[in-house]
Amino acid sequence: MAYRILEKEEIAPSVHRMVIDAPDVAKAAKAGQFIILRIDEKGERVPLTIADFETEKGTVTVIFQEMGKTTKQLAKLSAGGALEDFVGPLGTPADIRKLGTVILVGGGVGVAPIYPQAKAYMKAGNRVFSIIGARNKDLLILEDEMRKASTELYIATDDGSKGHHGFVTDIMKQILDSGEKVARVVIIGPPIMMKVGAGVASPYDVEILVSLNSIMVDGTGMCGGCRVTVGGETKFTCVDGPEFDARKVDFNQLLNRLAMYRGEEAKATEKYEEECRCGLH
Amino acid sequence: MPEIQEGKAGKARKDRTPMPEQPAEERRKNFNEVALGYTKEDALAEASRCLNCKDPKCVEGCPVNVDIPGFIKLVCEEDFGGAIEKIKATNALPAICGRVCPQESQCEALCVLGKKGEPVAIGRLERFCADYEREQGVKAQEIPAPTGKKVAIVGSGPAGLTAAADLAKLGHKVTIFESLHKAGGVLSYGIPEFRLPKEIVRQEVEYIKQLGVELRPNYIIGRIKTLDELCDEFDAVFLGTGAGLPNFMGIEGENLNGVYSANEFLTRVNLMKAYDPEYDTMVRLGKHVVVVGGGNVAMDAARSALRLGAEEVSIVYRRGEDEMPARREEIEHAKEEGITFRLLSNPTRILGDEKFNVTAVECIKMELGEPDKSGRRSPVPKEGSEFTIPAEVVVIAIGTSPNPIIFKGSEGLEQNRRGTVIADEETGATSKCGVFAGGDVVTGAATVISAMGAGKKAAKAIDEYLKEK
Repeated sequence: MAYRILEKEEIAPSVHRMVIDAPDVAKAAKAGQFIILRIDEKGERVPLTIADFETEKGTVTVIFQEMGKTTKQLAKLSAGGALEDFVGPLGTPADIRKLGTVILVGGGVGVAPIYPQAKAYMKAGNRVFSIIGARNKDLLILEDEMRKASTELYIATDDGSKGHHGFVTDIMKQILDSGEKVARVVIIGPPIMMKVGAGVASPYDVEILVSLNSIMVDGTGMCGGCRVTVGGETKFTCVDGPEFDARKVDFNQLLNRLAMYRGEEAKATEKYEEECRCGLH
Repeated sequence: MPEIQEGKAGKARKDRTPMPEQPAEERRKNFNEVALGYTKEDALAEASRCLNCKDPKCVEGCPVNVDIPGFIKLVCEEDFGGAIEKIKATNALPAICGRVCPQESQCEALCVLGKKGEPVAIGRLERFCADYEREQGVKAQEIPAPTGKKVAIVGSGPAGLTAAADLAKLGHKVTIFESLHKAGGVLSYGIPEFRLPKEIVRQEVEYIKQLGVELRPNYIIGRIKTLDELCDEFDAVFLGTGAGLPNFMGIEGENLNGVYSANEFLTRVNLMKAYDPEYDTMVRLGKHVVVVGGGNVAMDAARSALRLGAEEVSIVYRRGEDEMPARREEIEHAKEEGITFRLLSNPTRILGDEKFNVTAVECIKMELGEPDKSGRRSPVPKEGSEFTIPAEVVVIAIGTSPNPIIFKGSEGLEQNRRGTVIADEETGATSKCGVFAGGDVVTGAATVISAMGAGKKAAKAIDEYLKEK
């Protein structure tokens, strides 16, 4: 069984958006959930957060950055092609209801999973302050979409090429300091950014959620590879999460576990790139 | 009871025909099947040992009641096609059962020959017949007239596949929902290639599909649809979702890099083929590997680790060898291949370095005390007897529990405290109308054949339920 790729575009350097024909997943998907895909028979199972879904059209959108072998290989696929496997929706949906004011913080490709959340929080009647950021303006994604899906949109770039010169968490802190009554902060991005962001928001009287991107195989609770310590207890990101109370997450353990295959991944990527240069892919 | 006599050819009936195997020195370096299977001559010699008892005890020992003397008689007559048909009348997965069933505690345990010598090697003969059929090309199955009834099966493991086959043969329209990308459940992700080649599983699944069963991989009940929605769409539902949730020990260091659940380790190696460099999935390789547990899964993990290139693989088990739940044959195979058994030992914590990688397992010596509820003598730690085993990879194989994902968004299905579904032993009927269950999701982790037996009983009960409905 194959899952057709309906659209594919590079929305920022090395960042790609792919729309997949997956009606069963689209029908059941909710903000905060993810999918697992496999390119071909020899491929690995890769979890990616759902960036958008259209129930009527039966499509699911994912956004990914070229990092290792599999994402580089994925980037080479185009509309009209197909994926061997595409399964979801996985994970517990985000708990979205009317809370008042929420701050959504997205960094890098972490803006992608923030987008369906922004839409859902708006739909639930919240004031949504979104803060999106990237290393520079070229790497910033979904600006227009996020503007439409937010009450207010703030932008930060590390090099100051657009918006605030600095981190997304600087803006988050300013809003929290402004006296605005904020019920919840959701931070999604690279793990180190989530760790820092959680630290910045911690002293405030606000709920802080992060969405974790642990290494996993099946995504249904079977392998336990995605285990993470939350509030002193072992949890499985794939079924208990991916969203957790940021104050309780053991980020150091998460960062360490994400590094588990770093050496092997680098070798696999190098081998793949070498094969690409030789015209094998 | 018939007297045990010398065979017609003058060959003593005492000893069974040995199974040709890859030598231990060879096989510990590859993932090819260990047991090579009987030749025709082996099969005929072994089949001739069967006494064809009038009141065959062996059939009673088989959870799916295969007509054992019946098929062995056909083997003697060299009608191998007839033999496999006889087996398939009650067992949809003979190539698998012939390989992984614990025959020594089932059919073969009750064989009359076993009283004075070795029982007939029923499992090996079953495997021979199934392999013979596969080599000849499996005969297309006649599909009966449709009854118009639709049955959903959740999970494509041994319980689900068996129930599907039986229900399809009765003319019901069967759809199997599988959460992974490949069918087979534990047969695909759990049992290693060297014990059960995946090609065999694939072909057995093909056979089930030939019966008209629709297979929906990548379809998670509890996520895409709830069980309640399935109940609305189908006339009956069978849950064969297994025991997919890994148990951990809850000791210090269990989340270090290099510590795997047996589920994860075996899934990476078997389903995702991490042992093959052509495949992308990775698995950490260690010079020293420690596997915790004493069941078949522990043996599978240990022997897989060895084949991945580990220099020393230890099995750490808190009781003695006699108490190990693994099959005798698996323990023997593991020993022959050079696995170290550290019995009456229990891990107390897992040690790691500054980079969060496992370096060793600290264990404590145990001694056996009074028998517990299961009748096995319970182990008690010997104070001050701690010792450490170096390890870069640790695999926790201490059991699994049912995966609760299936129950999400559904009501009325009673479970016990361990998370297993409460179902009638004879019919698989649950507290929820039209929902039946069987296999590990009901019993907790057990064997392939007991799950198949439960699938079979449930199929019969579902058929009756559909007739009355």
